[in-house]
Amino acid sequence: MIDKFVASVEAALADIPDGATVMIGGFGNAGMPAALIDGLIAQGARDLTIVNNNAGNADAGLAALIKAKRVRKILCSFPRQADSWHFDALYRAGQIELELVPQGTLAERIRAGGAGIGAFFTPTAYGTLLAQDKETRRIGDRDYVLEYPIHADYALIKAERADRWGNLVYRKSARNFAPIMAAAAKCTVVQVREKVELGALDPELIVTPGIFVKRIVRLAPALQKAA
Amino acid sequence: MKKLDRNQMAARVARDIPEGSYVNLGIGLPTLVADHLPKGREIIIHSENGILGVGPRPAAGEEDEDLINAGKEPITLLAGAAFFHHADSFGMIRGRHLDYCILGAFQVAVNGDLANWHTGGADAIPAVGGAMDLAVGAKKVLVMMEHLTKKGESKIVGRCSYPLTGARCVDRIYTDLAVIDVKPDGLHVVEMVEGLDFPELERLTGVPLKRLATAA
Repeated sequence: MIDKFVASVEAALADIPDGATVMIGGFGNAGMPAALIDGLIAQGARDLTIVNNNAGNADAGLAALIKAKRVRKILCSFPRQADSWHFDALYRAGQIELELVPQGTLAERIRAGGAGIGAFFTPTAYGTLLAQDKETRRIGDRDYVLEYPIHADYALIKAERADRWGNLVYRKSARNFAPIMAAAAKCTVVQVREKVELGALDPELIVTPGIFVKRIVRLAPALQKAA
Repeated sequence: MKKLDRNQMAARVARDIPEGSYVNLGIGLPTLVADHLPKGREIIIHSENGILGVGPRPAAGEEDEDLINAGKEPITLLAGAAFFHHADSFGMIRGRHLDYCILGAFQVAVNGDLANWHTGGADAIPAVGGAMDLAVGAKKVLVMMEHLTKKGESKIVGRCSYPLTGARCVDRIYTDLAVIDVKPDGLHVVEMVEGLDFPELERLTGVPLKRLATAA
């Protein structure tokens, strides 16, 4: 019997090695898998490459992982925010590498990673600093920049509801990067609020099919508030 | 002359958005446009983080941390709203499905080049978000900004000194002094605020402007 639920956050993250590439869902705090990030901090893996839209807000979640100096490199579109002080300090000290990617290019590179695409041409960033030294091509009457997919060893995401096959639905704009990250990682770990019986999710409305999901942790009600 | 304040600028932009439009509003000043859309016009607001049909701000105490806009501010939904993931959201942008995006700017050049993401300073931490995708993707790119910097320099320039967000992408500029169309043959003044005449606007702007026949 397939059952992707695991007993604890600890068990779900135990095999993440030093040097892993980890995608983390969320746009700001919406959809950020806080319990899994806390678990990753406790787990101890170092030298990580992180893919997220931002570079941490305030002191919790991704910001805490960055503060703990566990991130070697971050790929994101919008690191600088009023409350990104931990990233800002390490970046200015030259202790964290930044690959700045336009948000749509970031999303499409992740999508391409999950979809088996070798590379793609996008009009975004043509003629700007972020396309410097990149291959370009004129197709029809437009100029495009060649971009490559992003693959990850792990994706940590948050969903609202899951069944034991790993079918997922999300809540409101917490969906954001989660479905494409789930597809782009070798091992996708989901923190979920509610476990439902197989067949309880309407097949017409499942957002992420279970094929993209490896492990699910249902948070204890006490943790759910915090997460 | 009577400079427009931020709300008057937002109302001026809102007046030009027709019924049935799909619109993305940039962070900051452009977000104000939502508050000034004419009553009775059905206009659908897109947010990069996967929403069509953004509604007004929620009442105090009604905020939901899973329901935010691209500026990470709490929002509500209109009836008929939809959620989708980030790749679909930017597919809509790049795929030319949005009728308008309204962006803030540091500078716009005579040829429609836009600079709004990075000052290029050695100590500045760059952040781009979705601006480069919006600049190349929306059918019409509208810029909304103060005409002059705090030092009194024109933000409409011959050539951008800040790093570009997109090349030749701006269609129209709304400032606190004027509305100006960017066309292949240069900048056309569509209207000016009360008490400002064309020679004075051209002097303040510092680049050649053309006068539309209809402009006052």
